[in-house]
Formats: sequence, structure tokens, C-alpha cells
Amino acid sequence: MARRFVMEFERPLAELEEKLAALKRIHVAEEPELAAEIEELETEIGRLHETLYAALAPWERVQIARHPERPKTDDYLAAIFTDVVELHGDRFAGDDEAMFAGLATLNDRRVAVLGHRKGRNTNENIRRNFGSPHPEGFRKAERIMRLADRAGLPIVTFLDTAGAYPGIEAEERGQAIAIAECLATLSGVRVPVVVVGIGEGGSGGALAIGFGDRLIMLENAYYSVISPEMCATILHKDARRAPEASACLHLTAEDLVHLGLADTVVSEPRGGAHRDPSLVFGEVAVVVATALDELCGIPAAGLVEARYHRLRAIGQMAEPQE
Amino acid sequence: MPISDWFKAREQRHYTTPTQTAAPSDVPDGVWVRCEGCKRTLYMGDLERELMVCPTCGRHHDLSAPERLAILVDSDSFDETDAGLRSADPLGFTSGKRYADQIVTAEERTGLAEAIVTGRAAIGGHRVVVGVMDFRFIGASMGSVVGEKVTRAFEMALSERHPLVLVTASGGARMQEGMLSLMQMAKTSAAAARLSRAGVPFISILTNPTMGGVTASFATLGDILIAEPGALIGFAGPRVVEQTIRTGLPKGFQTAEFLLEHGMVDMVVDRRELKDRVASLLGYLAEGE
Repeated sequence: MARRFVMEFERPLAELEEKLAALKRIHVAEEPELAAEIEELETEIGRLHETLYAALAPWERVQIARHPERPKTDDYLAAIFTDVVELHGDRFAGDDEAMFAGLATLNDRRVAVLGHRKGRNTNENIRRNFGSPHPEGFRKAERIMRLADRAGLPIVTFLDTAGAYPGIEAEERGQAIAIAECLATLSGVRVPVVVVGIGEGGSGGALAIGFGDRLIMLENAYYSVISPEMCATILHKDARRAPEASACLHLTAEDLVHLGLADTVVSEPRGGAHRDPSLVFGEVAVVVATALDELCGIPAAGLVEARYHRLRAIGQMAEPQE
Repeated sequence: MPISDWFKAREQRHYTTPTQTAAPSDVPDGVWVRCEGCKRTLYMGDLERELMVCPTCGRHHDLSAPERLAILVDSDSFDETDAGLRSADPLGFTSGKRYADQIVTAEERTGLAEAIVTGRAAIGGHRVVVGVMDFRFIGASMGSVVGEKVTRAFEMALSERHPLVLVTASGGARMQEGMLSLMQMAKTSAAAARLSRAGVPFISILTNPTMGGVTASFATLGDILIAEPGALIGFAGPRVVEQTIRTGLPKGFQTAEFLLEHGMVDMVVDRRELKDRVASLLGYLAEGE
């Protein structure tokens, strides 16, 4: 198995797999006593496979969500859409490669697509700032939201960002305002909005394109108000306590369903979407198409009203009886 | 307690800024304070007369929500709404401190039910809906209750067609309520967008500090953005930015003046002129309301 990246919690398994591979390189015909050992090792690996991935902790899911080989927005664009036309630039200052914006066709439905864009290698990641947009990215997204609204195109978004970029220039050019404008615009577009959490859902930078009429989460995607590391740093002055913070934050797909925020969870192959991406693409295509079918029949005014009420209902508090 | 009594009662309460100095033994606690800006020792009475702006260096010290209301709205015009709305602990958040305990401590410490006070009031004779955040309450972070009260303020302004004036101060979204907090950004922004589409004015006053999820949602969606001098306003906290870029920050980074220079706010207004300025803006914007 040519896995290049091993997550912390997978290490025991990876070690056994390496050992197995090494044994297999020796010709069994020459060393017949090895056959039993190989068989035993294979059984153990199988068993570990089941226990390791059976009940993943939130922090383990966060690691899967960040796995460098995890399918990215670009992969979904290529796998489930046809006739993809990328649209560049925010019409103010630049084109942010950390944010994809464009038009695409899903089955025979034309849509606008927005998505955070991580790179597949170092060069791509440098150009795309590891998927963390500057204000230009959010302003491009907001521009395309308005375009979709005018053209009557449903909007499909893919979330995969550690967060909006916290840099000097980003602040100078109004990072906060750029995100706020996205929120205001997205809340009012007169077209269906379907959001798919495919990897990381980091705070405001994810939320800017991260709410709508449906929220679909991949099983190991996460969506959080703050990164587990930052949360642990604030609470304990120790980023190494991120595993504990991950559990407190209720950031997994399953948590979001329990909180009433996510509608659908797309299951992933054991170990994560990167183990068999085509399986996940197929499932995502079906779930998104179904959501669009449901939403496209609703008149625009009803859609906007329903979206407002969906947001309006979020929050848990104690209200005294009048 | 009526708003007008808050200033009188200041001596009895605990304040973090400006810091109380070791007073001479025959003077009651809290009469002398140290300015956080110029480090001079000031007589509290002088500072209060200047609305907690240092007469020497102009430093704007933080105000509680009741103090802010007392200097912003016409006397006896404030009528509080949703006063009983209180935070629950939806996630059972415990990491170090228990969130449920933090809420109780904040309530006791501030005398407030949550980090924002909302209601109806008048400013210079203009009927308005007003909301004021109080940083002492868990950093005025936005959880379900703050998001709900802000949203209700937008909705009240919309249904009554009275301009909305919000005074913000916040560390951002309240992490102890997880995704429910993050989603308050979308909820409040949706309400702001509706008010805007209806043509009802919204004046947002950004005070020290306004950061994170509050800046990146309703706070910057005002028709007019006013910042108080020296206020820290931004998305990412300065320490986070510093760690990310691994160099020092430019002087005055993320201050009100920095934002003005970069075209992000309409004006920086001295607190002692704020009420008149807001009244004047309401005259322009709320003419037809």
C-alpha cells in the first residue's frame, strides 16, 4: 500500500503494515515457515483496522479532515461536475487562489460553485495559501453569489479551510468586513444554497460560504467555531491539549446533526475519504443532486424566508415565561 | 438600578480599567485610578466628568453597558427589552473551567443577565432601537443569547421602522457554545441584511475591543461605522497575527485610526462628541422614519 502520510493515531497500524510488507518481500517458497507468520500478521492487521476506525475520537477525525491526500474541492469539481468554468477576481484588488468560484453542471443542472481550495503539493499550497483566503477570496465569492442570484443559478459550496488568513495585509484590506458581506449576501440570495463540508470547516472563513438551505457533512469533516489548537491555547495555554478541546467543541459531523445544524452525513470508507475517493464522489453527487431537486421546486421568496427561519432557530438559551 | 445611578455607584464596583492605584490610607478605595494610557494617577471624579476619557492623553477607558447607555441615550428614555434572556450551557462545556460557572460568575460580577443590553430609547430626540455590549461579561463573546438579542434588535428596528444603534465590544464568537455561536454570525448578518433591504438605518459604533466573529458579522454591516479613538478592531487577534507572520506588527495595527486610514470605517469620534454625532447622523438618515 503506497500511503505516504500516516496520521498519529494510525501509527501502530502502519508499523504492522510495514512489517508485513517486509515479510512479503522475502520469497515464501524459500522460507515456508514465514507463511504462518504472515497469516498471523494479516489477521492482526485486520483486527486493528476494525478497532482503530470503529469509533474515532473527534481529534482523530480532525486529523483525517486535514489529511494531505484527502479529496479537495478541485477533485470534486473534476469528479462530479461537467463543463466547469472558473471565474477569477474580486474586481477590487486581485484573484485569490484559496477560493474557487465558477460555474458548473451537475447531471443536467447548471449551478454556481464556490469552494476553499487547498493545494495538492507544496507549490500549489503556496499559491493557494494552504486554503486560507484573504479578503479578495471572500469578495470574489460574494460577487459570484450575487451573479448566481441574478442568473437564477443554485449555489453549491465546498468547505475546506483551516480558516480565513490571519495576516497583516488581510486585516488592512478588511478581512472581517469581507466575511460579513458574504454572510449578508448569502442569507438573501433567491436561489438554493447547498453546502458540503468536505474537510476542514475553520470558523468564520468557512462560514462565509458555509450556511444555506442544506448542510451536508462528510463523516470525517469537521466544522468549528475555533480551531482545537487555538481553543486549547486559550483555555490551557497549551496547544497540545487540542484532542481534549476537539471533544468539548462538538465539531464532528455527527455533533452537527445532534445540534440540528447538519442535514445529512455522507459516510466515508474506513480510514477516510482518501482511501477510496471515487466512492465518496459518487455519494456526494447523489446527495447534492437530491438536495437541489428538493430545493429547486420552492419559489424564491419561500426559499429566502425558509433560510431566514432556519438561521433564526439556531441557539439554545433560557427564556423566562412572560 | 436606574441607569443614572450607575455612575454614583462606581466606587462600590470592581473595575479592571483604569486600574485602581494604592490610595492614600485616608481616601476610600477607587477614588484614585491610574490611566492605562499615560500611567498618570487621576482623580476618579475628573475622569468621570470626561466620560472616562483621560483628560491628559485622551485614552478612552472601557465602559460598562449601563455606563455607555447613560452617556449615549436621552435621559430616562431607555426601555430595556429581552432582559430575562439568559445563557444555557448547550454543550455542557467543561475544559478547565465549567462554562455554567463562568456564566454565574459573570452575572454576579456585572449585575447583567448577558453580554448585551438591548431596548428602545431616544438619541437627541430620535426614536431608536439600541444595543450595547459589555466586555466584562465573558469578553462580551457572542453565544446564543447575544446573537438572539442582536437579531431581535434588528427585527424590532425593522418592524417599528426605527433606526438601530449598536455599540459593540467583543472578543468574538463564544467558543463555549461551539457551532451554535459561529452560526450566530450568520443569523445576525441575515437580520442585518433584512433591515438594510428595508431601508431602515443602522449605525454601528465599534469600541475597544471588537474582534473576531462580531467584527466579521453584524458589527461591520452598519450603514455608518463609527470607531472610538484607540479601539482595537479586527478579525484575528494581534497575537494570532504575530504568531502567523512571525514578525512584529506595525505600530497602531488594528486600531480605530488604522482602520480609518485603510478605508474601513467612516469616522473615528471622541466619546465626548459621540452622542451629538450620532444624533446628527440620525437626522440625515432617519428623516423619513
